[in-house]
Amino acid sequence: MTTQTEVGTTLKPFVLSDSTGTEFRFPTGRPALLCFVHEECQTCALSLPLIEATHRAFGAAVDVWAIGQDTPGNAMLIEGHGLTLPMLDDDALAVSFAYDLDTVPAIFLADGSGKLLRSFVGFGRVDWQDLVADLVSISSLPGPEIRWDDFPESRPGCGSRSVEPMIAERLLAEAEGSPLRARRIEIGSGDDEHEFLFDQGLTDGLPVVPPTPERVLRMLGGTRRDSQEVVAIVPPNLAPVTVEKVAINAVMAGCRPEYLPVVLTAVEAMCTDEFNIHGVSATTMGATPAMIVNGPIRNRIGMNSGLGALGAGNRPNATIGRAIRLVLRNVGGAKTGGTERSTLASPAKFTLTFAEWEERSPWNPYHVDHGFQREDSVVTLFAATGGPSMIVDQTSRTARQLGGSLGMVIEAIAHPRARGPQEMLVVLCPEHLDTITRDGWTKQDLLDRIQEVSAKPLRDLLADETSGVGIPLARFGPDGPTEEQLSQMVPKFASTDNIHLVVAGSDAGKFTSVFQGWASGPRGSMVVSRKIEEV
Amino acid sequence: MGATRIMDPTDEREPIRRQRTPRPEQLTGTVGLLDISKPRGNVLLDRLEALFAERLPEVEIRRYAKPTFTKPAPDDLRREIAEECGFVIEALAD
Repeated sequence: MTTQTEVGTTLKPFVLSDSTGTEFRFPTGRPALLCFVHEECQTCALSLPLIEATHRAFGAAVDVWAIGQDTPGNAMLIEGHGLTLPMLDDDALAVSFAYDLDTVPAIFLADGSGKLLRSFVGFGRVDWQDLVADLVSISSLPGPEIRWDDFPESRPGCGSRSVEPMIAERLLAEAEGSPLRARRIEIGSGDDEHEFLFDQGLTDGLPVVPPTPERVLRMLGGTRRDSQEVVAIVPPNLAPVTVEKVAINAVMAGCRPEYLPVVLTAVEAMCTDEFNIHGVSATTMGATPAMIVNGPIRNRIGMNSGLGALGAGNRPNATIGRAIRLVLRNVGGAKTGGTERSTLASPAKFTLTFAEWEERSPWNPYHVDHGFQREDSVVTLFAATGGPSMIVDQTSRTARQLGGSLGMVIEAIAHPRARGPQEMLVVLCPEHLDTITRDGWTKQDLLDRIQEVSAKPLRDLLADETSGVGIPLARFGPDGPTEEQLSQMVPKFASTDNIHLVVAGSDAGKFTSVFQGWASGPRGSMVVSRKIEEV
Repeated sequence: MGATRIMDPTDEREPIRRQRTPRPEQLTGTVGLLDISKPRGNVLLDRLEALFAERLPEVEIRRYAKPTFTKPAPDDLRREIAEECGFVIEALAD
């Protein structure tokens, strides 16, 4: 009881009914004594004879009401105590919640306009004696005969039902001023809620957690941002998405509230013009955001950057990526067969999120190389069309050899002759990292080696009878390319900046993996890193 | 078991239903040919333009191109086409 206990404040008006359906409206124009009780509370049982006695003594001038917190319990109280005063039914707990109760019995004496004259909770003999004295003075009626010695000096009250954990969340969700504004959908009691969500096309093909108001409210506890703040405009339908809508989809994905700042930042990053999620969704190439999380939040929310980092079994890894996909689907309208038009797509369309194992690497983590502070928490989105493709090298013992292996395999990604606007995400495993760093190589040294080995002379890149992919001979005019042109080395990547490298995976195993990108640069999708401001 | 209430995860917007513009009986005026900038889209549109010149020489042809096929056409381009043309043909190629 915080807001309602100040003498002189005006108590909130309400309308409640008794068990016969008769409505009672507060304030009544007469002085009123409101007594909130609950059947399971012994202190309420102790107080009810006094409440009934005040009704009988002062009822002609004062409205004395019991307000019971559960319907069957109210009936038991009426019968058990032979109550004749009105017992109003607050089974929905809306009034108990509005009155900010944490304890019952809670007694409020108000004047005819609803202004509070006195209040207390639990049982106190002196409180009751003072209250009766007030009632005598207000009503000019004689007080009831009460054998005060039969009552204990004091008894603590019991918890109000309105503050029981699950109930409190429901009440907050339903109360006036609730942060929830989204449309409520009622699922009939005969319907299976999971089947309903599938039937409505609201899932990614796997079951989702039903986004009840209580769960969404809990999810919103993960952010300080206003629930109605617009986070981004989500393609392809260019729909504004609020913090609340992101929270709803995060609940469905299985996120915990502490993941929400990551999800919100990822949605912002995904919806930038640079990342171009419209094109990423629509392309027949099956692109999808691969998301890397850097910085302290990785460990705080328990993300996996080690054994099996790209696989199943870790909740934040699995659900954060899924949440942004659900936002894209449910809010943005990117549905398979609609604006989502991949030829084959990939299981990564469900989710693809992991963390970098920064502590395992002597190099700067990805986000530090891209202008952030080490203590910043950052999400990075890379539009992946393929992968993880594994590079098996268990025998190279020098950085030069291993870098060579990476270059050889990477050269073949997408197509051995594919050149130019290529981007690649390399997930370097710890054993490979050790081989590279043992020789004193920097990250840039490794990228240079990949670029060196994956470069090929023009003569190997011409379209020919073996494959129609490659540089068309016709481009060189009727005389064809010169010997000098044929010998010219053509790099796989326009720049080593197009090779994005992070460290992850278990300590055992010499298996680095790569993800191939989509159309890169401003005409396609650019890698977007964004700081999670709220950590 | 009572009914479950869930929160709507969608954008809650009702799509606007629009009437299709009546199709004219005859092809006259200006036809826009929009290249979405996929490789070889120009090949298809060049051929179309040649066919127009041959069969409907009175029709004026205007060529347009999106800056990139990966993004929706910019508002200005859409407005320009709507103002200048009675018809538009958008070409996808690869």
